[in-house]
Amino acid sequence: MNHSLLRRMWSSRMLYLMLLPGLAFYAVYKYGPMFGAVIAFKDFNIGLGVWDSPWADPWYSHFLYFYESPYFTKLLSNTLLISLYKLLWGIPPGILFAILLNEIRLLAFKRVVQTITYLPHFLSWVIVYGMLLVLLSERTGLVNVWLKENFDATVPFLTSIDWFRTVLVGSEIWKEFGWNAIIYLAAIAAIDPSLYEAARSDGAGRLRLIWHVTLPGMRSVIILLLIIRLGNILEAGFDQIFIMYNVQVYPVADILDTFVFRTGLEQFNFSLASAIGLFKSLIGLVLVVWANRVARRWGDGIW
Amino acid sequence: MVTNRAERIFLFFVYLLLACSALAVLFPLLYVFSVSLTPYAEVLKNGGFTIIPRNITFEAYTAFMTDSNIPRAYGVTIFITVAGTALNLLLTTLMAYPLSRKRLPLRGPIMMFLVFTMLFNGGMIPTYLVVKATGLIDSLWSMIVPGAVHTFYLLIMKTYFENLPESLDEAAKVDGAGDLRILAMIVIPLSAPILATVGLFYSVGHWNEFLGAILYVGDAGKHPLQVVLRGILNTSQMPELDFERVLPTESLQMAAVILSTLPILIVYPFIQKYFTQGALLGSVKG
Repeated sequence: MNHSLLRRMWSSRMLYLMLLPGLAFYAVYKYGPMFGAVIAFKDFNIGLGVWDSPWADPWYSHFLYFYESPYFTKLLSNTLLISLYKLLWGIPPGILFAILLNEIRLLAFKRVVQTITYLPHFLSWVIVYGMLLVLLSERTGLVNVWLKENFDATVPFLTSIDWFRTVLVGSEIWKEFGWNAIIYLAAIAAIDPSLYEAARSDGAGRLRLIWHVTLPGMRSVIILLLIIRLGNILEAGFDQIFIMYNVQVYPVADILDTFVFRTGLEQFNFSLASAIGLFKSLIGLVLVVWANRVARRWGDGIW
Repeated sequence: MVTNRAERIFLFFVYLLLACSALAVLFPLLYVFSVSLTPYAEVLKNGGFTIIPRNITFEAYTAFMTDSNIPRAYGVTIFITVAGTALNLLLTTLMAYPLSRKRLPLRGPIMMFLVFTMLFNGGMIPTYLVVKATGLIDSLWSMIVPGAVHTFYLLIMKTYFENLPESLDEAAKVDGAGDLRILAMIVIPLSAPILATVGLFYSVGHWNEFLGAILYVGDAGKHPLQVVLRGILNTSQMPELDFERVLPTESLQMAAVILSTLPILIVYPFIQKYFTQGALLGSVKG
């Protein structure tokens, strides 16, 4: 380290002082757990603590146990499927909504619609779950009361393995389609107006304008978001699933995160839970780095 | 613009679809609200469908405000929202400002140190052990301190600070102001929009706090609103048990839903535009 760097550091001492509390936070609460993750390779014993617990024999035994257990394929496929369904069903509504909003000129109407559709983004999953109960619960839910009266049948939306994922994906779309449209609206706003002029003078109607100008103009943003979401494909939405699921639907709803929660904090198998968590974090790291590299090729990385 | 017949039909469908999507969002909210104001017997009698309540009753609300965990949970949630947001903003600003100065030595390595945490984390259980080791288990601070800085919001704020004219900084330096004074007297007063936006994002996060409480707070007396609400809602998920007497009725449950959302519903229309700005800042520049 040379002299001038030290001198510059000294003259910036006030800036470092400001950074200090925040850096301490990162060191303890972000990096601390990364080092604590060694318990995935140990037979963790609460009394002995992270450092004094004995190493597992062999060191990968918890990973091996998880890999060979019947949970492995189930959890991985549930996580990927739920995430993928949310991706495939969740992106088009936001795009469509943005395109429709962009077509209208009545600003007051536009503003009211936007204000209403952004709202659910700020509600907690517990609130959404409450709404789902009053609408879908088998005994008293609005939909089931109606079904009972008209068809003399009820559907266990929240407790059947046939319906649970639909409810997950549906409620996610309900909560986020308006909010997701913001980024698409920004992309549409950046489209060169002369493209519309040109297309219109060529005799294009409104549908053709959407198809040949608006959608191609949004393409790079759509692809970018798709890549980023693929990088996070192991994030199936822990809060939402944890709040909504119940024992009946574990076969289709249990994901890596919820299983880690139950194994670690309900059954106190800390080492196995950490091994599963670490497995997920490592795969996640590879995917996110890959996604960003691909995204950067499209001209716009996240960092 | 020429509007022929085809275009008018097209526009009609655009308006129709937009109105339908707004209604689809609004309907569940209105229904919840209406059920919370309707006597339970009546909810059942009308086949469940009561979008405009006829015999309005506030009994569900008074029941909660006089005899339940809700008022105490409100206290917890208000505390973690106010104290948490204050800590969030303090630490985030103190970090974002130095990192926005290009003259800061080692800026690159420090940024890598921070951004890496967005890519990789130790996982739920090791985090739990750290929270435990730092003595926060069963304390209200366990819902505040482990989330003191959100890296994404830090990046948004840093970008905003970077875009302030650098000459302001230099002029203040010439006048003999130190970095702390520049931050307090020049940067912060110019940054009201971003502070408001990031502060709002942080506070909504605290208001909706659920997971931190489930993980770190075993003492039910310290549970925030969302956890208490989840408890109230969940009693209905056991249809085979005949708990009818002690079960909260649907009106009670929905009153709890409304009570837990009320502050967001009230302030939301006024602050919505800040949220939108923030989302754009985050997605375009973050």
